[in-house]
Amino acid sequence: MSATLRINAIACEAHGMCAELLPELIRLDDWGYPILDESEVPPDLVGLARRAVDACPTLALLIDEA
Amino acid sequence: MSVRASDSGHHGLPRVLAGLEPGGAVTLAAHTRIHGPLPDIPPHQLIEEVERSGLRGRGGADFPTSRKLRAVAGRRRVGPVVVNGSETEPASAKDRLLLARMPHLVLDGAVLAAGAVGASEVIVKVGSGAVDAARALEGAIAARSGDPVRISVRVGPEGYVTGEESAVVHYLNSEVAKPTFIPPRPFERGVRGRPTLIQNPETLAQLALVARFGSRWYRELGTVADPGSALVTITGAVRAPGVYELAFGTPIRDLLEAAGGPVEPLQALLVGGYFGTWVDASAAVELRLAREDLRSVGSSLGSGVLIALGESACGLHESARVISYLADQSAGQCGPCVYGLRAIADAVQAMAGGVAHGSEHARVLRWCSEVRGRGACHHPDGAVRFVESALRVFAADIESHRRGRCGARPAGLPLGDSAVAPPGRVERSRLVRAR
Repeated sequence: MSATLRINAIACEAHGMCAELLPELIRLDDWGYPILDESEVPPDLVGLARRAVDACPTLALLIDEA
Repeated sequence: MSVRASDSGHHGLPRVLAGLEPGGAVTLAAHTRIHGPLPDIPPHQLIEEVERSGLRGRGGADFPTSRKLRAVAGRRRVGPVVVNGSETEPASAKDRLLLARMPHLVLDGAVLAAGAVGASEVIVKVGSGAVDAARALEGAIAARSGDPVRISVRVGPEGYVTGEESAVVHYLNSEVAKPTFIPPRPFERGVRGRPTLIQNPETLAQLALVARFGSRWYRELGTVADPGSALVTITGAVRAPGVYELAFGTPIRDLLEAAGGPVEPLQALLVGGYFGTWVDASAAVELRLAREDLRSVGSSLGSGVLIALGESACGLHESARVISYLADQSAGQCGPCVYGLRAIADAVQAMAGGVAHGSEHARVLRWCSEVRGRGACHHPDGAVRFVESALRVFAADIESHRRGRCGARPAGLPLGDSAVAPPGRVERSRLVRAR
């Protein structure tokens, strides 16, 4: 079961919840917008990734689970 | 094929520019005389012929045309074929030339493509500045009868990102000319939510000839890897700027000569326009207009724009102007693009002005690598690639500017408000025979 994260850059408004909840995979750039260095989610982080997706106020963080 | 190439004299060049007349569009009668009538070719056969020809998109993405056709052809309730005549690259003039002077060749290609994918409508989209093209298209549409599809022209706002495929679809759907989040791609859900084929005017003009004369004919020019001919807009420090048709594989040196030669020794070429990259002149003149050659210097032909930068100009200054323009042209939808490109532009401006911090260069490179890929469309990607090439090619200028401003006069690279070289020059170029 593989999972990948994507960001809808148009919907994103830099609230920063995703980086707060999933610092292992998401960091913020100089302007507060999320950088996904690695889109593949390790199995042990899938639960946290789903929580981060749910927490995004603009539904900009997306998870694709195969 | 109903018409043989030898009947129409299509032996070498020009191909899509055959019959170009000074001022004014080629009439339907003249067009039919030059190229022969619209061929009656079954859809699957056309797609196969296009596939065998190796024709690739001429809007900049260079995507195999047959694959695009197949992606839409298999679907139900296909939407309109869109001719993307936006041509937002400021220095480019080839698409406007085709639409304004050879409208029937482009319309032939669009009608044939519509038949191939099962579309019943063609929409030609142009920018509001292309008044001559819009007028010529309306005239051409009125002159045609017997097309099995409805053809119309839509005029959209000017702006660098308005020509991006999803922005064109967005505009046709809701009059907002801004890129949208992908997926879905236009071939899945586009105009009116239907599978939409969207193609550059030159691609369709080439397709209209492939439909008539076949893939073997198409491959008589160019190379095995890069078959066919291409329209190139060459401008900047050359004596005869304009639109030229030449065979792929033509040495860049020959192209510069065809354009009247440089007005002064060149220091660099901007290959691919503002969405392209700078190439040092001494390297560029050793290259051919071929994918492999251009890739070896981190470049690609893109929408076919080449801008020559003379020795007396300042590449850093010109690049600062361009990146500032690109930052201003952001659709304003994505943070990394809006803020990142502006920060990069300001920093490059400071470097050009000789007032940059010592660490500015490293910071710009970091921003470039962070911004890349983080917009909804590829505008920021092209912008940062342009900047990275500028910092590489004009590294010496950065150094000298650190010690005081460079005294070179501005080269006046065309931005949105400047006129581009008069289009319409046709040149016979050296044939490069397929190996």
